[in-house]
Amino acid sequence: MPSHDVLVIGAGLAGQRAALAAAKQGVSVGILSKVHPVRSHSNAAQGGINAALNPGDSWESHAFDTVKGSDYLGDQDAIEVMTREAPEEILHLEHLGVTFHRNEEGRLGTRAFGGASAARTYYVADITGQAIMHVLYEQLMKHSEAVARYEEWFCTALALDEQGECCGAVTRNVADGSMELFEAKSVILACGGNGQVWKPTTNALICTGDGIAMAYRAGAKLMDMEMIQYHPTTLAGKGFLITEGARGEGAHLLNAKGERFMERYAPNKMELASRDVVSRAEQTEIDEGRGFPDGTVALDITVVPKKRIHEALREIVLVGRDFAGVDITREPIHIKPGNHYTMGGIKTDVDGRTDIPGLYAAGETACVSVHGGNRLGANSLLDTLIFGRRSGVDAAGRAKRLEGSRPSQAVLEAEQATVDAILAREKGSGRRVSEIKLELGTTMDKHVAVFRDEAGIQEALETVRRLAEEAKSAYVDDHGRVFNQDLLAAIELGYMLDNAVCTCVAALERKESRGAQYRTDFPERNDEEWLKHIDLQRGDDGPEISYSEVTMTQWEPQERTY
Amino acid sequence: MAEYTLKVRRYQPESGEGPYWEEFQVDLDPSLSVLDGILQAKDRDDGSLAVRCSCRAAICGSCGMKVNGSSTLGCKTMLGEAHEAANRRREADAAPPRGSDEQPPPGSANGSAANPIVVEPMGNMPVIKDLITDMESTHWEKIRRVTPWLLPHGNPPEREYVVEPESMIDITQSMACIQCGACVSSCLSMEADPGFIGPAALAKAYRFVGDPRDAETKERLHDLAHDPHGIYDCTHCFSCIDACPKGVAPMDQIMRLRRKAGEEGIEDPNNGHNHEAAFIKIIEKKGTLDEALLLQESYAPGVKGKLKPTKSAIKGLLGSIPTVIRAFKTGKARSLSKLIPGVHPKLPDGAQDEVKAIYAHAEEHREEFNLYIKGEEDVEPEPDEREVETA
Repeated sequence: MPSHDVLVIGAGLAGQRAALAAAKQGVSVGILSKVHPVRSHSNAAQGGINAALNPGDSWESHAFDTVKGSDYLGDQDAIEVMTREAPEEILHLEHLGVTFHRNEEGRLGTRAFGGASAARTYYVADITGQAIMHVLYEQLMKHSEAVARYEEWFCTALALDEQGECCGAVTRNVADGSMELFEAKSVILACGGNGQVWKPTTNALICTGDGIAMAYRAGAKLMDMEMIQYHPTTLAGKGFLITEGARGEGAHLLNAKGERFMERYAPNKMELASRDVVSRAEQTEIDEGRGFPDGTVALDITVVPKKRIHEALREIVLVGRDFAGVDITREPIHIKPGNHYTMGGIKTDVDGRTDIPGLYAAGETACVSVHGGNRLGANSLLDTLIFGRRSGVDAAGRAKRLEGSRPSQAVLEAEQATVDAILAREKGSGRRVSEIKLELGTTMDKHVAVFRDEAGIQEALETVRRLAEEAKSAYVDDHGRVFNQDLLAAIELGYMLDNAVCTCVAALERKESRGAQYRTDFPERNDEEWLKHIDLQRGDDGPEISYSEVTMTQWEPQERTY
Repeated sequence: MAEYTLKVRRYQPESGEGPYWEEFQVDLDPSLSVLDGILQAKDRDDGSLAVRCSCRAAICGSCGMKVNGSSTLGCKTMLGEAHEAANRRREADAAPPRGSDEQPPPGSANGSAANPIVVEPMGNMPVIKDLITDMESTHWEKIRRVTPWLLPHGNPPEREYVVEPESMIDITQSMACIQCGACVSSCLSMEADPGFIGPAALAKAYRFVGDPRDAETKERLHDLAHDPHGIYDCTHCFSCIDACPKGVAPMDQIMRLRRKAGEEGIEDPNNGHNHEAAFIKIIEKKGTLDEALLLQESYAPGVKGKLKPTKSAIKGLLGSIPTVIRAFKTGKARSLSKLIPGVHPKLPDGAQDEVKAIYAHAEEHREEFNLYIKGEEDVEPEPDEREVETA
């Protein structure tokens, strides 16, 4: 049985940062990922990472912007931790070798980003996530003695001991199909978000909410699951992301009449208002007939000097050319709001601890909550790194203190039986996994998107429940052991359906409009009744609802205008 | 929507059978990718069709494969474009034309089963299953070979390292690498010498050699130059530049490593650095190439080099004699006087001064161009793409 003091599941930014931080504490660390670490979706974070590092900027200002951006649903103690520790983290990354953009003096340079009162976004062209993640992977290669890498291993379940503490995980080696039980004193989930529950989405095919679902099944609490971000600038149809950095560099949003419509919605910040605000503005323009016939509005990047586009937005030049056939340096590109980010997730404290002892979560999988109802651009990379590090340190501390218990072989046998049962389903005995996934994605995008109402969410929930039944008999074509992706897709479908049920239940429950949750039947924010988190825990008949307080330190809720 | 045939090279390791070809019919918009096509076939027809993929947007680097023989990313190659390429390949294969009625059908926009898009796993790597290759033994092992992490000296500064802004832009081109392996798949040197460190790992090495924060530049250059499978093992074929989906231009990074090695005084076994220096000097002096002088200057530069020629210079010059004789025999060199150094004339009428002015200008405006500085080449959008956009 592979055994480590700390086992990290997921190897994007949060996971890699957690593994490195834990290893630095001198414990043995294993990091496991269903894809090779550099394929992780942190790659896709284009625009940058926020920190109040410039003279004249302050963590308080960064924190206030984040609180306001969250529509006051973010926990202010957690936001303080993140924004205070941000500058040190940026410098740490720079010292490790991240090739951050420099200003003319050769010092770190910044760009403007949405919802921020100062230019405090540090960046590497528009490949910031990729550049940071590849540098962290360099460090993992460097520290291979301290951190064992399990690349292309898929996690099917967490293992709990008799006291209900997490003590390991069941995994499948994708390359040969062998099932292994891992023993660990602390387990950190860093599995990313659940964007694949929606179609289209900016998220990669691997973003199937695995960590959220595994924690939920193990009995951990989830929080703010209704808060799903729709990014204002995604390509119609394919859902690919156009970085907020484009607007940060000065690009305009135009409707079909050529009007800069943000004047009507956010006269001060214009295109750089919070993402929920910009997405709603766009959707309103489209719904009221001022969009283009393909259901889009236009992003005009031609107002940015060409030299600057090549230097700072090159990835977007490629995305425009390769995936939309548009030269963004010469003409506007058609965009619309699209599924992008999971603000909710596994409820944790500022050290990544969930309410299952020994189980930690960090990054998009977790909900600390620093993003509340709406995440600011360039705060997600920061979230992964700060809370990845803190989880790694705390998980290592726990491992040093405790003896740990051996996970029971029964968990492994149960998972093996589940896998065997999926493989044994006869062709034609049910629907194809891909069909169910498609219906799930289009249903969620129709009803649980920018604008929501009770009837729509209810319809989505009923559909999801039916699909969950159908998934039980969905068959696979591949019955082999080597790279059986068909089997993994069936397991992922189960994860996605758990995520979808939780999002629908929470969205139905929150009878107000806050951040990304906009209920046309309850269009106002209602602090009196709903300034609280919705927590979900697995019960016999699906998620059971409870509430928890939003932590306030120094910022009282105000009306939110941009 | 259009119909396409994907002809996929398959291999199912547990079947006991060897590799085989299988055709899949897919029905998708021409602006969607070959990967979208493969995924449709996987979703509709055969879930056992194995392909690594994740982001679908040329960012994660999972779906390296060969499409119509070219190494690329499946998600970055559009079906319409791949179908056109398949048609062109078929037409080229069919040449010379036989009877007019036996001509291969011309490429049609709505696709045809006659011209399948050929999809294969990447080259220079063992195949594990269908389109999935073993990148660990062929790619990652070599990445680890180049000590792929920053080696600064001493403690880091209190704030950031202060460096030239251009230096960061310069190495960001290497940082743009997504480790997809397309360059490794296409590398001709690696085909001949599987031990070659290869384009991806050497581009990664430049990311540190070019990084002013790294303190082991010299050691890195010596290491990569003295390895027989190192920087001088590249044959300059440009395949990796063609294959790279991110504009990293690995061969350019290898040439930068060679140039820096030359500046470091490291002896180039192919004598490339001295050859280049001699070439530049002669053109500056004479405007056109004095070939008699080139040979000497490449091996024994300047008066000093000729008075006290090194062993390798003598060996190189003697070794060139058969080449010179062959040149006369085959008529490539015609005039004996060409062998006498110094006879070659300068450009007339002050043209030589203009050449010198070009040199002076280039010296003043010395800049390592890369895609983050000059951008992509301006490509006029195809008219049919415009139609798709407005449809």
